[in-house]
Amino acid sequence: MRQFRLARNIALGIKNLLLHKLRSILTMLGVVFGVGSVIAMLSVGEGASKEALERIRMLGSNNIIITSMKPVEEEAGSGGRMLRLSVYGLLYDDEQRIRETFPAVDRTVPVKILRKEGRLHDQTLELRMVATVADWADLVQRPIIAGRTLIERDIKDRANVVVLTEYGARRLLATQSSIGQTLKLGPDYFEVVGIVKNETGPAGGVQTPDQEVDAYVPLSLARERFGDINRRRTAGSEESERVELHQMIVQLKNTDDVERVAAGIEAMLKRFHKKLDYKMSIPLALLREAEATKRRFNIVLGSIAGISLLVGGIGIMNIMLASVTERTREIGIRRAIGAKRKQIVMQFLIETVVLSTIGGLIGVGIGVIIPWLITYFANMPTVVRLYSLVLSVGISMGVGIVFGLYPAIRAAALDPIVALRHE
Amino acid sequence: MTLPATPSLRTSTPDNDHVIRFLNVRKTYIMGSEEVHALAGITLPFRRGSFWALMGPSGSGKSTMLNVLGCLDRPTSGQYFLESRDVSSLSDDALSEFRLRHFGFIFQSFNLIPQLTVRENIELPLYYLGWEAAASAARAEELAERVGLTGRLNHRPNQLSGGQQQRVAIARALANDPVVLLADEPTGNLDSATGNQIMHLLAELNGQGKTILMVTHEPDIAIYAHQRLHLRDGLIDRIEGAH
Repeated sequence: MRQFRLARNIALGIKNLLLHKLRSILTMLGVVFGVGSVIAMLSVGEGASKEALERIRMLGSNNIIITSMKPVEEEAGSGGRMLRLSVYGLLYDDEQRIRETFPAVDRTVPVKILRKEGRLHDQTLELRMVATVADWADLVQRPIIAGRTLIERDIKDRANVVVLTEYGARRLLATQSSIGQTLKLGPDYFEVVGIVKNETGPAGGVQTPDQEVDAYVPLSLARERFGDINRRRTAGSEESERVELHQMIVQLKNTDDVERVAAGIEAMLKRFHKKLDYKMSIPLALLREAEATKRRFNIVLGSIAGISLLVGGIGIMNIMLASVTERTREIGIRRAIGAKRKQIVMQFLIETVVLSTIGGLIGVGIGVIIPWLITYFANMPTVVRLYSLVLSVGISMGVGIVFGLYPAIRAAALDPIVALRHE
Repeated sequence: MTLPATPSLRTSTPDNDHVIRFLNVRKTYIMGSEEVHALAGITLPFRRGSFWALMGPSGSGKSTMLNVLGCLDRPTSGQYFLESRDVSSLSDDALSEFRLRHFGFIFQSFNLIPQLTVRENIELPLYYLGWEAAASAARAEELAERVGLTGRLNHRPNQLSGGQQQRVAIARALANDPVVLLADEPTGNLDSATGNQIMHLLAELNGQGKTILMVTHEPDIAIYAHQRLHLRDGLIDRIEGAH
């Protein structure tokens, strides 16, 4: 019975709105564009933050990443000399100290990066040699295309083995699956034991752009064969660097300990390094920061949404007040026949809510199309979340109730005798 | 033990003969600083099945009386019994309920809702009574036939002549099978021929047992009623016809 009445009330509301099509459409526009722009803006925000958050999340929320960094004063240097050696960065000892000092540390993965020329028969390719330990593959996971990644034994035996990334493998080996071939890296020969996929995009965030030509070798071997000095020739001058470790990933057992241990590591490094030749990045902190930024962004968007919906709501209220005045006679008739005040309130309220909800639904349509167009034409990532659609329609219904209530109450408060006399 | 016989002050004795009783009903309006007595103390019973014409010059209080009779307005003082129930100080909702169940209104300007069809206009009281759609539609058809509007159910009011519109209004007034029909100058907007047709219809309904209370200032129309109540300055001037 009640449902039946509500359905009839809604049907009546739609009928009344259809009586003034243009007016109804114009009234709806405020809500339509309000809702549409809110969804579109939220989707752009979501798209941007999703990328950032994913990248950070891949670094691992219980990791601390320490990277060697050339100190500023070294960088400036004295340009007069043709040959100079700069010594900086993380030490093998740092790794050991961190591992031994903090019980919360699960494992540490040291990384040493060297530039070497790779050669196979007549093919040559400048490679970035990433010298590391077996755990690297656990922390920075990449799908294996062929063979295997480095294992504990390779490190222990200082085996001459190399794992290539797909791109490098293709360039050098011509085929992807030529495991077991011998590759010359610098002065030494290595057996290719595995090929992994190169992640484009968020590849653990540890690597710099030329990751696709990475060659992973055991750190123990690289340390023995190549030492810690890296030469770099630039136009006319030769620069040498002595860096023991380029990067270190410290993985903790528990996410809760990240901030405490990070502070401890920082204090420890400060004591053993005279210069600031390292940089710490804590994915968890970055994640929190990114999330806080996203929250702030959403608050700003929410405020804009609130204002645009407020304007839309005022527009609706304005028209509904005019409609009540115009239909005073009708209200008088209904009241004389026996309609109660609350029934008049319901009638007008339903009309307003129907108007704003239809506006909201059209707005959702626009709000879904706009992000699609943005992605299509501007190539920006957008993510339309279901909650933003549901929320928008909910809010537009709420707008209908809030801004429809006053006109509806005004309509119901009319004295039936006066209303009947209204021309 | 015997109570002093003061019938005019009795409050709730069941009285099946009289559908409506006014006991010293007053209606006072404040106009600026002046009090205007639209009804200055009227005591009058209305017999079931009677047909009254409420007459008098403008300002005599006949419209106010009709409004109070129809529960659209409350008396300032005095008592109003409708079917032996004192309705003089009921809430707005309760008065709406009485209007819905006991009265049918017929107006000078028809007062149909223009955006609704004839059928929907007739069904309006049934909608507020909570009737099912099918029963309500059947009732509307039956009423349309009774007032001579068969085949016009899907028309809009503005597609009908004045006389036809008033017939729709009468059908609507009859929808809830009211005890009392209240008519406010029902022929005021019609030519005399059409007006007489409408009056014939009302007389017919009265013949079928409906109590009709009608405001009019036209003697030609008033003769259709059995009693003519003449008001002057909010008081009963005289009553003509069988009482």
